Amino acid sequence: MTQSPFSPGVAAGRLDDASYAENFSDLHPALDAHEALVAADRCYFCHDAPCITACPTDIDIPLFIRQIATGTPDAAAKTILSQNIMGGMCARVCPTETLCEEACVREAAEGKPVLIGQLQRFATDHLQAQGVHPFSRAAVTGKTVAVVGAGPAGLSCAHRLAMLGHEVTVYDARPKPGGLNEYGIAAYKTPEGFAQAEVDWLLKIGGITIAHDRALGTDVTLATLQAEHDAVFLGLGLGGVNALEVEGGDRDGVLDAVDFIADLRQAGDLAALPVGRDVVVIGGGMTAVDAAVQAKLLGALNVTLAYRRGRDRMNASVFEQDLAASKGVRIMTHVVPVAVHGNGSVREIEFEYVNPDMSSTGELVRVPADQVLRAIGQTLEGADLPALERGKIAVTGAGRTSVDGVWAGGDCATGGDDLTVTAVAEGRDAAMDIHASLMG
Amino acid sequence: MANLQSDFVGIKSPNPFWLASAPPTDKEYNVRRAFEAGWGGVVWKTLGSEGPPVVNVNGPRYGAIYGADRRLLGLNNIELITDRDLYTNLEEIKRVKADYPDRAMIVSIMVPCEEEAWKAILPLVEDTGADGIELNFGCPHGMSERGMGAAVGQVPEYIEMVTRWCKQYYSKPVIVKLTPNITDIRKPAAAAKAGGADAVSLINTINSITSVNLDTMSPEPSIDGKGSHGGYCGPAVKPIAMSMVSEIARNPETHGLPISGIGGVTTWRDAAEFITLGCGNVQVCTAAMTYGFKIVQEMISGLSEWMDEKGHASIEDFRGAAVPNVTDWQYLNLNYVAKAKINQDLCISCGRCFAACEDTSHQAISMSEGRVFEVIDDECVACNLCVNVCPVEDCITMEAMAPGAVDPRTGKVVEPDYANWTTHPNNPTATAAE
Repeated sequence: MTQSPFSPGVAAGRLDDASYAENFSDLHPALDAHEALVAADRCYFCHDAPCITACPTDIDIPLFIRQIATGTPDAAAKTILSQNIMGGMCARVCPTETLCEEACVREAAEGKPVLIGQLQRFATDHLQAQGVHPFSRAAVTGKTVAVVGAGPAGLSCAHRLAMLGHEVTVYDARPKPGGLNEYGIAAYKTPEGFAQAEVDWLLKIGGITIAHDRALGTDVTLATLQAEHDAVFLGLGLGGVNALEVEGGDRDGVLDAVDFIADLRQAGDLAALPVGRDVVVIGGGMTAVDAAVQAKLLGALNVTLAYRRGRDRMNASVFEQDLAASKGVRIMTHVVPVAVHGNGSVREIEFEYVNPDMSSTGELVRVPADQVLRAIGQTLEGADLPALERGKIAVTGAGRTSVDGVWAGGDCATGGDDLTVTAVAEGRDAAMDIHASLMG
Repeated sequence: MANLQSDFVGIKSPNPFWLASAPPTDKEYNVRRAFEAGWGGVVWKTLGSEGPPVVNVNGPRYGAIYGADRRLLGLNNIELITDRDLYTNLEEIKRVKADYPDRAMIVSIMVPCEEEAWKAILPLVEDTGADGIELNFGCPHGMSERGMGAAVGQVPEYIEMVTRWCKQYYSKPVIVKLTPNITDIRKPAAAAKAGGADAVSLINTINSITSVNLDTMSPEPSIDGKGSHGGYCGPAVKPIAMSMVSEIARNPETHGLPISGIGGVTTWRDAAEFITLGCGNVQVCTAAMTYGFKIVQEMISGLSEWMDEKGHASIEDFRGAAVPNVTDWQYLNLNYVAKAKINQDLCISCGRCFAACEDTSHQAISMSEGRVFEVIDDECVACNLCVNVCPVEDCITMEAMAPGAVDPRTGKVVEPDYANWTTHPNNPTATAAE
């Protein structure tokens, strides 16, 4: 350790090895068998349970919890995975506090919901640790489907199609599958290579081929895919990021938060990863929090999350905000960036305070910054896509686009909350619609 | 402050909480700890005849069933009577009684159904200075195969005979412990009374197999792959015990016979309930085996607080208070009409009442937008299932309908007068109301 959190500028190796290991370990350690039983015992097995309604993939939560409670975690995993093939990842990254656990009647009764997310992880980990895949393919249909994007939407769609007997080729721009699971989620939410392990497990269904480094628009075109396959599903995510259009917005040290997170997720050695002493993250969503917290965990001394509205308007959940605060991230609200100052590299970022209605106050503030991470929204990239609506691929029903034979889902399509779990649901539902259409 | 002092057939103890004859009372060390913890009395684990002591299995003796969070609800055991030397037990009993003169010390006995056997042991027990004896006619496993325990308790004539011997050869109170493994508990109780028993105590444990190991196909507890029925006890048996106690308390033939209540007493509240059904005291085992002797502190403070709240100065003030209200079904008031009522402020919208009523009862609960659950009075028969399955205490209550109101289910006016099955027009054997 040659550097410390106090070292100025952007530097690697601010912490000792033990600190890196501890900082990036599991945010929620897995429940052991006893803890799982205690947690499962709290479920009331509600009628038409509100947690199911709150789950974008409609997992039968009371059933799987009862299966855990009665000593059959693998049966529980099948209940989960039959609705959500990425139930393992969703158990780790879902904002359960605003989904199933918020709806849990024990939240109403005692302010302490059943630990649905952690129980889901217990069950899915139990099954996946055995390396078995509980689903098998139907008779081969002879139909082929192209899936663009090996993220949650694409893989969910591909798995369901393969299960139904179709041959699937997944085209992905990156060298590894997983999409945001692999490149875009905080490391402490999915440590120990879980994202890749889950993909490997998912592919055991068979019938899925992944074509890497094949980006839509550059390496393949929609027209070609349509010509070569019986149907196409677009789950390419949002490849672009919004620029910081202020004076000095292109200075060295101004980065995209998604790139910062991707580099971190792919880093072999966290100590080799440079981070600023003073880091400012601009944005108020999950990506902003993931970037801010990880900057802090990498050893940044001061990390500020700067958001243009109040905390109540942040897309990041209260849990995520509290997590950031607990790690020492300072949350500044009602500020918009007006200039990035420095001599070549960024030294300071200047904000203006704005009223809740976003009107100007004329009050300015400068915050020291060696690194500025932009997390102000991502955009769809690509040419010759089906018709768009507010910057995304317009879909109706189960992901049908304006082009016959082309479906879309996940972040690139309209609808949903841009969550992993909604992407999985959209991919699955599109697959069912594609199947109906192909076999009709 | 309520006086918890207990006088049970002349045996005094500072509170009505005794430890039952069972593993916790097998030796001096345990009993001293119990008395130090505050137990009012102890029934020493059953002594057998002089001679080679009985032997126990050397594998597991207990099996259990659990509720949520592995809360022990029922325990069974295949342990036999004391497997220690008779004289060792007698010496210890004498020593402990001398050191704790204010506590009740009862000695449980089980010897063969022969007069000589009883004649031999009773003077030895008398010599310990213990306050009384309890005849173990209830142990359902092992000893019963040798013609003792439940094998005696299932034959009223034997009960009467042995009780008479004991009254003849022993000067202090004789309590007869009854087995529940019998069709009509009133018969053995009456036999005990006829034999001169000062009191009965019940229930002993119930024949049970708590679980089967699905890998080995052996009942649990498993002794080298085989299991034998054990004696079931713990919270799960309390309803059975209370029903049997009430039968003896309200049967004209045995009414007034002192009863020591046993069976799943776990909290002060359980004890109070047994006492309202006529018991002069209670005996506890499983709760102590589950949580240790300290639980008696809660029993003492809880009973005392409740008695103060209700204005009961002593145990006798409420003993048997519920007995007159235990009746036969045919005498229940059929003109009493109630309806379930859901308190929407307390409801957490789990919908268990709905599932229970819709699937298994009378379709008398509606579920509407926003998970609002309401009772449909037109359909509600007041079965109480919704109350029983609701996880929130007092959220669903049974509200009596006022006389004169119309029951929307039947369209009939709620009558103010009591009327039961014996006079009901649908009863083919009905007699005209007097």
